[in-house]
Amino acid sequence: MSRMSWNSGIHRWKWVALFLLPGLIGLSLFVLYPIASSFWLAFQDWNLLRPPEFVGLGNFQELAQDDAFWQALSYTLSFIVLYVPVVFIAGLGLALFLNQKFPGMLIVRASTFLPVVASWVVVSLIWKWIFNPAYGLVNFALNLIGIQGPAWLFEPQTAVYAMVITSVWKDVGYIALLYLGGLQNISESYYEAARIDGANRWRCLRHITLPLLTPTMFFVAITLLINYFQMFEQVWLMPMRDSAADRQVEVIVTEVVKNAFSYSRMGYASAMSWVLFALIFAITFVQLRLQKRWVFYKSD
Amino acid sequence: MLRRSVLWIVVLLMLAALPVAAQETTVRYFTFSAAPDHLEDLDTIIAAFEEANPGINVEVETAPFADYFTLLQAGVASGDAPDVFELNYENFVTYAANGALLDLSGMVSAEAPFYPRALEAFQYESQQMALPATFSTVLLFYNADLFDQAGLDYPTPAWTWVDAVEAATAIRALGSDTWGLFSPVQFWEFYKKAGQNGECSFFNAEMTESTINSAACVSTLEAMVSFQTSDIMPTAAELSGVSDSELFLSGKLGMLVTGIWMFGAFQDASFTWDVQIEPMINQHAHHFFANGVAVSASTANAEAAVAWAEFMASSETAANVRVESAWELPALDQPEYFAAYLEQTPPANRAAVFEALESPVTPPVIERQNEMQDAVNALLTRVVDGELTAQEALDQAKAELDALIQ
Repeated sequence: MSRMSWNSGIHRWKWVALFLLPGLIGLSLFVLYPIASSFWLAFQDWNLLRPPEFVGLGNFQELAQDDAFWQALSYTLSFIVLYVPVVFIAGLGLALFLNQKFPGMLIVRASTFLPVVASWVVVSLIWKWIFNPAYGLVNFALNLIGIQGPAWLFEPQTAVYAMVITSVWKDVGYIALLYLGGLQNISESYYEAARIDGANRWRCLRHITLPLLTPTMFFVAITLLINYFQMFEQVWLMPMRDSAADRQVEVIVTEVVKNAFSYSRMGYASAMSWVLFALIFAITFVQLRLQKRWVFYKSD
Repeated sequence: MLRRSVLWIVVLLMLAALPVAAQETTVRYFTFSAAPDHLEDLDTIIAAFEEANPGINVEVETAPFADYFTLLQAGVASGDAPDVFELNYENFVTYAANGALLDLSGMVSAEAPFYPRALEAFQYESQQMALPATFSTVLLFYNADLFDQAGLDYPTPAWTWVDAVEAATAIRALGSDTWGLFSPVQFWEFYKKAGQNGECSFFNAEMTESTINSAACVSTLEAMVSFQTSDIMPTAAELSGVSDSELFLSGKLGMLVTGIWMFGAFQDASFTWDVQIEPMINQHAHHFFANGVAVSASTANAEAAVAWAEFMASSETAANVRVESAWELPALDQPEYFAAYLEQTPPANRAAVFEALESPVTPPVIERQNEMQDAVNALLTRVVDGELTAQEALDQAKAELDALIQ
């Protein structure tokens, strides 16, 4: 490389650095520094009032024996097992429907996306009313067919189902949008060729749509798992105050928030966050390794 | 010449102002109880203080209760704690034990007319670490119309919970949507009813071990849960999101155990209601909820900060403003301050507030307070739901509380 082009390269990088600087400063201050701090704090005992005290792996050892953490992990996994398959399949079904062409489809598409942009506070208020055991719509409908509805958001078990239903309603539009992007990316020529060969709609779906949609499915599966290991809002907002559900249903992130801001155990909460990170990392890593077995890219 | 004279005058004026500026001290005061309804009342108190203490300015910072302690802890952690701040009794020990509070022993006037019990509440290891500013309590509210309909005599100070349950059963019989009693099964009610039992205590005197699973505590909890199992008190699901106070205000609840802060909310009730001190198990016991005023251990203006804390907690001006504006009751043993308060009706028996003060119970307090409260509340809910017996739940509570005080 000539000295002149080297100098012009450096000169250009100075400008690049200058324009990147505001973003980098924000990223460093508000993302990287807190991440590094939380890692350091995970090995400290700190209640904010006294200086932090190094406890080595003490927080992690306590975590391993903490029933509340294991119960929160168990509720988190319950939510994932109940929610992810439903929203994964319902999102695909909705996307296949939204991919049709008929008058008014734009309005239908927009309306399925409305719950996605609604705030969780609003959504939780609406669904708390729908699930109210005395005057809610769900129990009213169940009464019509002679079923005595449960106290949905008061009892831990039924509260989990109610929160899963609400979450599916809120998120399915977003998942469908991702699938829709994938569907519209599949070239019409594949379908034309299949139809010429006599394939019906089911065979087109089975042998063209689904295989070519696997990269989107893979993306959806990864993001759903990452997001739902970090679920928070519905568990924080939906159970009825002072009910058994309110006092017993916790997920990992609500435990982190409680330990950090209600119990002032910053070190312990940080350790919990890093365990959550490790869990998400491990599961995402396994998913990445397994993708070769079921994800088909066009170049394959 | 004229310009030079003007210059000299300006310089002289600045020099004259210098000593005044040097004497100005600003005290930062952080409060949760003043905002949003009592900021003007707080300004009135500040104006009186600043007039009586020239050179000291009070700068107010407020936050809602839900965020208050997070912000306060952040302030302490970053070395930017306010000079003076409000503390509720439950959080007081945490701050005192962690060295965040200035020892006020000997710094405040011995003549301040605090309730002795209130002053004691804010002592830690025999040091006066904060001053009691306000207090509140919980009474038995009753719907006199429902008592009349059921042909019952009104509650008296001699009532036991057996009398209350009998009356509640008679009121429950008035209609399927009419309930006899509401006394929630939660941490705060439990420690108070433990006080009414007299032999149940959450911890031993040395605070080295939990005694929450004693026979007396088990029977106290069983009695509390029996209100619900005997169908005189609605379950959370039966309430279906309607709060206990809304149920009372709708005229469908005979008796409600709740705080005196609800007087205003029940002012326009469509029925006659009154209050009485709470029934006993073996003796009287009433909540003593107190808010105190503390001075930061790291304040650079200790003298001014202590003066403001003392004025806020014990001055006649502050007491009168608080009573007149219905902004909590000052924790002062000065009956004349409360004359206007006692004249207001309803309730007609407002004097019960002060009768309750004769049997005060403060909550059991440990450094890991919120964890204790959450742990006990979760277990009490499981007893209400029939998942655990009272004995099983309190055995588990003892194990958890023992771990928390390690």
